[in-house]
Amino acid sequence: MSEHEHNPFPEEGNTGHIWDDNLRELANPAPNWWMMAFYASIAFVIGYGLIYPMIPLSDSYTKGLTGWTAIGEYKASIVEVEAVRKPFEDKIAKMSAREILADAELSAYVEASGKVIFGDNCAACHGTGGAGNPDFPVLADDDWLYGGSIEQIQATITNGRQGMMPKMGGQQLTDAEIDKLANAIYNNGTVTKEPLYTSKGCMGCHGPDGKGMVALGSANLTDGIWRFSEPDQLASIKYTIKHGVNDASDPETRKPKMPAFKDKLSEQDIKKMAVYVYKFGGGK
Amino acid sequence: MAEKNIQEQTIEELYAEANEHKINVGDIKIHAKRMKGKFRSIKWLTNSIWLILFFGPYLRWNGHQAVLLDIPNRQFHIFNITLLPQDLWMLSFVLLFFAILLAVVTALAGRVWCGFFCFQTVWTDVFTWIEDKIEGGPAKRRKLDKTPWDMKKITMRAKKYLLWLLISVFTGISFVAWFTDSFQLWKDLITLQASSTVWITILMFTVGTFYLAGFLREQTCFWLCPYARIQAVMIDDTSIIPSYDVPRGEKRGRLVKGKPVSEDQGDCVDCNQCVAVCPTGVDIRGGQQEGCIMCGLCLDACDVVMDKIGKPKGLIKYASWDGIRGKEEKPLFKRPRVWLYTTIMTIALAGIIYGLSGMESIELKVIHSRQPLFVLQSDGTIQNRYTLKVLNKLPADMDVKVSVKQHDLKGLIISGAEKPVKANHGTVTPVTIFVKVPKKNLTAQSVPITFVVDGKEETGQVYHSERESVFIGPKR
Repeated sequence: MSEHEHNPFPEEGNTGHIWDDNLRELANPAPNWWMMAFYASIAFVIGYGLIYPMIPLSDSYTKGLTGWTAIGEYKASIVEVEAVRKPFEDKIAKMSAREILADAELSAYVEASGKVIFGDNCAACHGTGGAGNPDFPVLADDDWLYGGSIEQIQATITNGRQGMMPKMGGQQLTDAEIDKLANAIYNNGTVTKEPLYTSKGCMGCHGPDGKGMVALGSANLTDGIWRFSEPDQLASIKYTIKHGVNDASDPETRKPKMPAFKDKLSEQDIKKMAVYVYKFGGGK
Repeated sequence: MAEKNIQEQTIEELYAEANEHKINVGDIKIHAKRMKGKFRSIKWLTNSIWLILFFGPYLRWNGHQAVLLDIPNRQFHIFNITLLPQDLWMLSFVLLFFAILLAVVTALAGRVWCGFFCFQTVWTDVFTWIEDKIEGGPAKRRKLDKTPWDMKKITMRAKKYLLWLLISVFTGISFVAWFTDSFQLWKDLITLQASSTVWITILMFTVGTFYLAGFLREQTCFWLCPYARIQAVMIDDTSIIPSYDVPRGEKRGRLVKGKPVSEDQGDCVDCNQCVAVCPTGVDIRGGQQEGCIMCGLCLDACDVVMDKIGKPKGLIKYASWDGIRGKEEKPLFKRPRVWLYTTIMTIALAGIIYGLSGMESIELKVIHSRQPLFVLQSDGTIQNRYTLKVLNKLPADMDVKVSVKQHDLKGLIISGAEKPVKANHGTVTPVTIFVKVPKKNLTAQSVPITFVVDGKEETGQVYHSERESVFIGPKR
């Protein structure tokens, strides 16, 4: 580049920057529409800055004329949602879980809105839709350890549950006896015909009919639903008989525990969860 | 030396040709002359189709607006038919049908849409007609453009703009009227109670109409409209389109009084009337070109001239390029495009008819619960959970009965459907249904099961819908 003292193209309004004899930079203005858009965008920024929060200060920021904030908008939308839910929630507050269940509109509301509470608090163990997991009971079936009425479900959620079965291995039963009992349980419905069931005191908790007792939370041994469901179900039954459930004297005992939710969830939410679980299809 | 001569000659020819091919880039305002004629009359007739836009929304049918595209409530009412979002797939067939209709018409007869039906053409035509009435013919208008602003010019322009604005505003309101109750819309507008959406839409349409039809005019067709380009490539040598009969017209030459016509002179007297009347400012004698919207107005103009000088009409006529060149023209059924387009249109039409005929007033959808897929119950049955969605398109709520039919599932028990379900009108009502089947009766992991809903109106009209789903059990 050379600054020409004698500009060879004086008429065309170039900047005087000329390369290789005739390559030169012209001083043409940008197109009109482009400049208009440019000024419009500057005006937009100013307008935006006036209306919305924009410039960070040392310990604050410019608030803007409207006082708009993202968190404010979020809170406003929460208020909006709660306003929609309020008539339902107000009704639920005054009703028992059984009454909610009887009300088609409210139970539909609970079914739709309870998903989040269930997902946050229950689904980790019991699975989405109450499908259950190994070691965690299925909630969609009608086999309940502590009863499947709406009140019983509500009580279970409120106070939690921890069942107990003494270990039968060692002094009480020999391995051969455990085999016999386990096989009788495994072939659904035949356990009560096994003499050991009576003589060794199983019926004391599981009942003379083998269907368990709600007061104790003892399992029904006559149906095909297993409290501890494993691929090798027979082995699983033997293990349970041998080591028991929550038996402190056996370090290998099974340790299931349903925590109490009364401190974690409001009474309102527990009521909703009782209805929600009931409606999985197993409620009685 | 000889080589250089040839080169110079070629370049000269190129320049001469370049002068022929003027491209309208909008630097000169087109003021087209208006002439009476056959195509002018046809154009008014086809223009008038757009009156439907203005008056259609006020048509009533069985106590409601005949055509109401109710977007907030997600319902389209078209006379007796109510379309819900579930029926939207039919729209794709409707769109396909019209897209192909556009293609087939263009392939056969050129840009008929552009020339006779397109809103851009129609509104521009009406706007320039107003301009012509107020400001006078093209010459006067050109003069007026150049004169300084005096009272006379201001009055004329104000009158013109006011009329344009009136049409634009009515265009905007009429458009909105298709999407909301038209009479209520007028009430809301007059009492200034209309929603911001309504105001903004009307404003956008007003500004758009005013600017596009009033100022941008043919430039829209040149540089904005994609359909103009698409249609231009659909035309081939067999398309019957407004064409200048080159062999008959060339070599063109002006008629001079008292001077005999030379032997090689064609019928074109180079009067430029075809260019003068062209709303897009092209010269049809240059051949087929992107600016030509094929409105046929140059045919009218040329015929008038041919009549005056005692020559047969039709120097510019509807003809194919093959026809003009004297080549044999393929009959319609031998053209693959015709077959292809007809096939696609038939498919689309069949889709629409299938959709409309299959439309039920009560419609059932079944969603099988996936989590869990099935549940073993204590009595040894397998339970499946279904969410039935009952869509009611009738104007009133209806009690429907849910049942199961034709199943190979022995001992099936259905619960949740003991009482009739109230299906709310114009929406979907979900119903949870449990089906239990003894495990030993299951023949396969997945067995088909058909759900049925039956409803009865007070008038005795019976409604029925069914949907197949599956009953799932454990792996076998």
